Amino acid sequence: MTVTAVHKDPVALTMTVTAEFNATPERVWQLWADPRQLERWWGPPTYPATFTTHDLRPGAQSDYYMTGPNGEQPHGWWKILEVEPPSRLVLRDGFADEHGQPDATLPDGIMRVAVEDIGDGRTRMSIISEFPSAEAMEQLLAMGQEEGMKQAIGQIDAILAEG
Amino acid sequence: MQLMQPTQGSVRQFDRVFGALADATRRDIVRRAIDGNEGVAELATHFPMSFAAVQKHVAVLERAGLVGKHRVGRRKVVRTELEGLHIAQRLLDRYEEIWHGRIAAMNTILDESKETAQ
Repeated sequence: MTVTAVHKDPVALTMTVTAEFNATPERVWQLWADPRQLERWWGPPTYPATFTTHDLRPGAQSDYYMTGPNGEQPHGWWKILEVEPPSRLVLRDGFADEHGQPDATLPDGIMRVAVEDIGDGRTRMSIISEFPSAEAMEQLLAMGQEEGMKQAIGQIDAILAEG
Repeated sequence: MQLMQPTQGSVRQFDRVFGALADATRRDIVRRAIDGNEGVAELATHFPMSFAAVQKHVAVLERAGLVGKHRVGRRKVVRTELEGLHIAQRLLDRYEEIWHGRIAAMNTILDESKETAQ
């Protein structure tokens, strides 16, 4: 596993995930900047994401939807707050209605992404999630809970098999 | 597990927990009340605000099930209810699983692009 540390603070309601990759910061940045790569990892395995708008510039909004196993399509959005390629990205993410309009009844969360070169062609990425409301989390978790880790790993095997 | 089948009741409970923890003063009260040695008046001495304001914060936490008032001899102390915190912890656990899946998928993409480049 490339996840090197996870720190959860149930009082402050933040979670920090740190991971290291055998790739350059520029390459890791592409995972966020290129919508085709982004949609391969953002959605849970049974809810693949499709980004219809995505541009990492301050003030820009990304729009996406996920497609669930029963054809349901929950929509979501990112609001890009700060961008310093390839090292720093701050965004707000939230849910939208079926027309892609931000859903004001579901409060949003903030993600702070830091990418740094740690030498030998390796890169460390940390993501601090400042938690959304319980409702937003319920919805998020309802989308992710059906597969859990096992299916996530199964999905990776499938991609590997494609060669 | 409660999270698997969210009911209206559990959603409201989560809301109260998260709403209560959304405030820095209340988070600090939760931390201080883990020992359960202090009453509201003693807790209030740690904060640059009135006794009444601290009392209000404690009431919000109490409604969320995050602290409880307990009688110790002749005193009433405020004590953190660990079960309330465990609900928040469980939500974070589920979120962690999602991120493990995402990082694994990122790794797969990076490996693929390396193979293509070779």
